Amino acid sequence: RGARLTLSLCPQVSAAAAAAGAFPKRVKVVEVGPRDGLQNEKNVVPTPVKISLINMLSETGLQVIEATSFVSPKWVPQMADHTEVMQGINKLPGISYPVLTPNLKGFQAAVAAGAKEVSIFGAASELFTKKNINCSIEESLERFSEVMTAARAASVPVRGYVSCVLGCPYEGKISAAKVAEVSKKMYSMGCYEISLGDTIGVGTPGSMKEMLTAVMKEVPVGALAVHCHDTYGQALANILVALQMGVSVVDASVAGLGGCPYAQGASGNVATEDLVYMLNGLGIHTGVDLQKLMDTGTFICNALNRRTNSKVSQASCRL
Amino acid sequence: QESQVSGLPEYIKIVEVGPRDGLQNEKVIVPTDVKIELINRLSKTGLPAIEVTSFVSSKWVPQMADHEEVMRGIERHPGVQYPVLTPNLQGFHSAIAAGATEVSVFGAASESFSKMNINCSIEESIEKFEEVAKSARNMNIPVRGYVSCALGCPYEGSIIPAKVAEVSKRLYSMGCYEISLGDTIGVGTPGSMKRMLEAVMKEIPQSALAVHCHDTYGQALANILTAIQV
Repeated sequence: RGARLTLSLCPQVSAAAAAAGAFPKRVKVVEVGPRDGLQNEKNVVPTPVKISLINMLSETGLQVIEATSFVSPKWVPQMADHTEVMQGINKLPGISYPVLTPNLKGFQAAVAAGAKEVSIFGAASELFTKKNINCSIEESLERFSEVMTAARAASVPVRGYVSCVLGCPYEGKISAAKVAEVSKKMYSMGCYEISLGDTIGVGTPGSMKEMLTAVMKEVPVGALAVHCHDTYGQALANILVALQMGVSVVDASVAGLGGCPYAQGASGNVATEDLVYMLNGLGIHTGVDLQKLMDTGTFICNALNRRTNSKVSQASCRL
Repeated sequence: QESQVSGLPEYIKIVEVGPRDGLQNEKVIVPTDVKIELINRLSKTGLPAIEVTSFVSSKWVPQMADHEEVMRGIERHPGVQYPVLTPNLQGFHSAIAAGATEVSVFGAASESFSKMNINCSIEESIEKFEEVAKSARNMNIPVRGYVSCALGCPYEGSIIPAKVAEVSKRLYSMGCYEISLGDTIGVGTPGSMKRMLEAVMKEIPQSALAVHCHDTYGQALANILTAIQV
């Protein structure tokens, strides 16, 4: 397999505890608001606001904050300022600031701008891959292998995302075996972690369990993360099931930033505040200060002139 | 036949509380014919139980002032239950006169909440419910019991599971066929849900329990999943 670049941030999960259906003692929350969140917001956010957002998030105790995407501004205008953002943010020690790099060019630009960790995006659906990046899954993995080679040479860890793990806006149902196959390929290529994304939020606890059971045959649970969308209100229930199966890394977006590009008006990412509220209630350690997180959510919602998608934030609002 | 996620029941009875609990907490007063239309449409969805209205003084709950008209005006589909709230004997008699065939009573696991909500202690409220339960028994009317603040109280904060179990047991003993445990302010999480249910299940059979989760903090479905897994 070659040298795997592991981070000391990985929380510990005992296999016995996971088997018993007990919850992990610690969960690593991966904050995707500044990238996945903002990318799916209508209004283009000025660079200083993005930088302030990330800086505020850095003060909450979050250990991983996805900062931006080194993709062509033609495709993703919201992320056009990726270099400025990367160079402008305070990089606090102990916090990782991964960035998306869809290809070698993006990777090189990212590293030149100071990135120390990158992410690549695969999918469990052929149609989705075709529509999204105009190639097949196999071709996309070939592109990524270039990034992997360069990353390994530069000692840069790579996180792999698999989209459409519980359903695809074009293909509909997605087989758990396919998700396992793509995850295995990306893990074998050298990704230290695979984030399984319910891209359109159609998953429910049953399909989550079925999918994870298949994936866990190919990828160790300690290297898995879940990225649940709340489009159908199922996110926290799905995350709960993932935790019960031993997953201890969960992606979320402050204020639930980022709608669903496939369902107009629908919500997208699960709100980090709501996730942390649940984990706090379960006695699971995250290191995140919920109040500071809510304040950050308030800041970005004001800047975007939108209401928060976080129920916790709405509940804590005094009118 | 095993459910996909192990340990889950094959069938769940959904109790629709929109027309009562839902509308009661809406700002806008809904016209009677709209309420009736709502309930009639719900009757066609396959829901087995639809909480219709509340026989409470219109001074306290103006939204439910038309309780009699609604009760008389709705279509009654066979196989569907149409319970109504009856906070006391007077309400119970009005409900029966208007054609109700099932009633509900509302207790709380918090003294402060009981005082603020219905202006009496838990013990005093139980005494009132016992009167209702007794009359209901004589007339073969099933009674459902609610316990509010099961996972937290807006006044007292944390609520101990043992208290929820105690109040639930009182309601069950007086003849309530089912106890609906309400996370009234939605502060519960899967951990507190599990602990509370474990305490209550020492006193009441699981099949006589229901959960009534509020989504105020976005936790409802996760809490419900926990309840159905327990």
